[in-house]
Order: sequence, then C-alpha cells, then structure tokens
Amino acid sequence: MGIKRFISFFLLGILGLIVWIPILMIVLGSFLGKGEIIECFGGIFLDETKLAVWHVIPQYPTLWPYVNLLLDSPEFFVMFWNSCKQVFPSIFGQLLIALPAAWSFSRFEFRGKKLLFYLYIVLMIMPFQVTMVSSYLVLERLNLLDRHVAIIIPNLFATFPVFILVKFFRAIPMELIEAAQIDGASEGLIFRKIGLPNASAGIISVVTLGFIEYWNALEQPLTFLKSKSLWPLSLYLPEMSVSNLSVSFVASVIMLIPACLIFLFGQQYLEEGIVASGLKQ
Amino acid sequence: MKQYKKEISKRKRKEERRAYLFLMPSLLGVGVFVLLPFLDAIYRSMKDTMGKNFVGIKNYSTVIQNEAFLLAGKNTGRFLLVCIPLLLVTSLALSVVIYGQKKYQGFFKTTFLIPMAIPVAAVVLLWKIIFHKNGLINAFLTLTGNKSILWMNSGYAFGVLVFSYIWKNMGYNMVLWLAGLSGISGTLYEAASLDGAKRYQKFRYITFPLLLPSVFMISVLSLVNSFKVFREAYLIAGNYPDKSIYMIQHLFNNWFVNLEISKMCAAAVLFVIIIMGFVGMIHKITSKGDQEGGY
Repeated sequence: MGIKRFISFFLLGILGLIVWIPILMIVLGSFLGKGEIIECFGGIFLDETKLAVWHVIPQYPTLWPYVNLLLDSPEFFVMFWNSCKQVFPSIFGQLLIALPAAWSFSRFEFRGKKLLFYLYIVLMIMPFQVTMVSSYLVLERLNLLDRHVAIIIPNLFATFPVFILVKFFRAIPMELIEAAQIDGASEGLIFRKIGLPNASAGIISVVTLGFIEYWNALEQPLTFLKSKSLWPLSLYLPEMSVSNLSVSFVASVIMLIPACLIFLFGQQYLEEGIVASGLKQ
Repeated sequence: MKQYKKEISKRKRKEERRAYLFLMPSLLGVGVFVLLPFLDAIYRSMKDTMGKNFVGIKNYSTVIQNEAFLLAGKNTGRFLLVCIPLLLVTSLALSVVIYGQKKYQGFFKTTFLIPMAIPVAAVVLLWKIIFHKNGLINAFLTLTGNKSILWMNSGYAFGVLVFSYIWKNMGYNMVLWLAGLSGISGTLYEAASLDGAKRYQKFRYITFPLLLPSVFMISVLSLVNSFKVFREAYLIAGNYPDKSIYMIQHLFNNWFVNLEISKMCAAAVLFVIIIMGFVGMIHKITSKGDQEGGY
C-alpha cells in the first residue's frame, strides 16, 4: 500500500511540475535585465534568428525591470486602472442584480419559473460570439460604445452568478425562514437577514469566479472599445511584450498577484463555487 | 371550502407578485440587453446588408457556403470533439489519484487549480517562449540533434491549443469530480472488498455508475470553458492563425472588422443551433449511460 501511494504521489508531483515550472519561469524571468532578455529571447520577440535560451537562474539578476515598470511606464498604470474600473463595478453590479433573482428562483413558485430558469441556463452556456453582434448593436443605439460601461453593462446581466447563487440559497434550511415568517418578518427582511448571510460563501464564490473571468477579458474590450486608452491590462499586456520586452515579465507577475491572493484567501470559496456550478438544477 | 380555495389562490398570487419583484431587475436587463437584441439579430439575419430589403434565408445560404465559415465550423467541431472527452477522462483519472492521496490532497488540489487563475496574458507570454519557432522546445530539439518544428504555424498549433485547454481546465473539472467522488459512501467499497472485488471492478461497478449523473453538467461546463481557449489562440497567433486553429470566434472577429452585420446575425443564429445540438448530444450520451448503469 505504501508503495502504491508513493507512486501516485510521484506521478502527481511530475504533473504538478507542469504547473509550477511555468509560474517559476515567469517569476524568475521578471529579474532578467534587458541585455539578458534580448540575449535569451531575441529570436522570439525581435527579428533575430537565434534560438531561445533559458537561464534557470538569471545570470545577472536585477530589479531594474520592476523600477522601470513602476516609474517609467505610465501607460501600464492607465491600463491597470482600466481593468479595475471594468472588473469591480461588473462584479458588484452583477451581485446586486443576481442575488434577488437567485432568491426568487430558489424561494418562490411562479408561472414560467421552469422556462425562465431554463432560459438562464441556456444564456449561461452561450459563448460571447453568439450575442456579440446583438450586444454591439444595442450598445451602439444607446450610445454606450467605447466607454467603460460598454464592458460593464453586459456583464451585469450575466446569468452564471444567478445559477450559482440559487444553489446556495436552496441550501438554507426551511425552518430558519419559516421561523422568521412566523415572527412576521417581511420578505425583504428575510432576504437580507437570513438569505444574504447564509449565502455569503456563495457570494464570495461568485466574486472569485467573476474576478478570474473579467480580469482576463478579451473578447468584450476588443469588440466594444475602439480607443486603446480604454483597454484593460489583459488586452494591453500581450502587445507590450513586443515593444517593451524587459517589462513584460514584471507586468505578468503583477497580473499574477491578484490571482495568488485569490488562492491565499478564497480557494475554498472558489472550489465551492465550482461545485455549485456542477450541480444539476 | 370555497373560501379556503380563494384564500389559497390569493396567497399564490401574492407569492407570484413577490417572485417577479425580486426577479425584475435581472429579467429586465436580460430582456433589454440580451433577448430583444437577439430577436433583432434574428430579424436582421433575414435582411440584406443595408437592412432594407427582406431576403429570407439568403444570408444563411451565403454563410453556409462560405469557405471561412466551413473551415471555422470544422475546426471548432474537431476541437470540441477532441478536447472535451480528453479533458473528462484525464481529469477523472487525476481526481481518482488525488482522492486516494489523503495527506497531500490539499497541496495537489491547489497545484492543479492554479492554472485557471493565471492571467491569459502571462500564459501567452510563456507559450510564445516555449512554442515559438525559435522557442525553448525547438532549442532543445536542435540541441539533441532533432529537427525543429513550426509549432504555431502548422497542424501542431491544434495540439498546442488542446494542451493549453487541458492545462487550464484540469483543476475546474478536478474539483467537480472530487465533489462527486466524496459523495460516494465508503461502505460500498468496503462491501465490494469483502466480496473480493478488484480495484478495477470497484471503479467499473461502483465509482463509474455513481459518477454518471454529474457527467452531464461537467461536460456542459467543459463546453462553456472550451470557447474561452480563443483568448490564447488570438493573443498568440492574432486574427489569422494557422488554418488548423481558425475557429468560429476568429471568423466572428474578422467579419466584425468589416461590419458584415447581416452575415454575422445569420452566423450567430446558426451558432446557437449548433451549440444546442451539441448540448443535446451530450445529454443523450450521458443519459444513455445512466440507464446502462442501472442504478
């Protein structure tokens, strides 16, 4: 038994390297000076023909790229703020709208409930491209294109958070709600005092999953934002890697930080959210 | 009695009013920003480019005969048919192994979940370094006396994209499978052991049938996540990547640049039909397995 467990540990360890090595590469790469980066990857990002080299440990580790990014790349901060301005209102607004909707689906019986919920699931499955043209046309008509709200508004009405939150509301014991009803609490009060606190894990799940999704937004800004000055980091960073090579690793590290924070503080909720997304009905 | 019935229907109406009150913000938004625009898109898909004359299914036949659409459709279909089963099988195998690993389970769970949170932009930077024609793999191949391979400019690009998808989504599926596995009571395995069941038999007759009900949702979520692989494809290879990874998403993007609205509308409607067909197919396959399991 011990040997079997060791073999499985060994196999998992090897597979794990496929995850850890790339992360290590990004982090170590961020300490490469400009000269060393060009020496190593000139053949990839510049028009040189030499093959790439990887120095497992940078030969001349330096913090210059960090200084460079923090002091000399104002556009990086603009894009960082763009990302924040698009991501956080999206998630917050999404919760404001999805929470009562999920409450409604999990608490009440009403005509058309099944059909509507089915519709929400279908909308959740559809990729961006399906609604790309129609969203573009409606945003154009409302004169919202090429602004941050062009990204935020369609996100507000995503149905995925509703789908997840319904699972969490359903898990609230009926007795709790009935007791409050007997005490004469109004539905709004029950929602706020019993629904929300008991679904807090669900709320954090939605926030984490939403953050991962919107922090990597690509299709929406590409379609709805014409001015590059409004672009989020996710769209801007890959362009930067050609023009400002030495900073690109550092920028990747900075983009990685929020993701790491998620794992430090919210992995449990992330997992709960994923599990909820997998529950049928 | 009559009074009683009246009271019930009154209460019912009250409940309905409340339900719709809570649902209203979401429903209104979905209606105004998603449903009505999509109905408009269906309408536009039957009009000419200027949006003036009604042309019936002409746009649809143009789209269906369009070479780029056929290529993109074929590639997307191939990608889904390769990726989803591959991801389901590999992530299930991984989960079973991790499930048996009690002591370091948390560490490995974190390990395989991390890729889903690594920003696409960072992933793309790495993939470029690794898979570029002057990249690390080719450097290694040359060093060991092999010929280098054009990873991103040949059929191999498809493989790179499949790898990228599996790498990224392994963790999501692992969490789903683990939830399924932890729902299976240990006494079933003990009973099977007493009957002298082998490891494989336990998997075949206990684990597998009891996991089947979750397969449908896991497949659907894998489908949802598979469309996101476009991000990597686009950021590595741009609007016109190698022919083998030219996906439906590229096509929409390129038509959008030229603002071919009515063509895009028709393609969007077709895309919905295809996806629903896919989901239907997944449902059929998984529910068939359900009955075979006989539990």
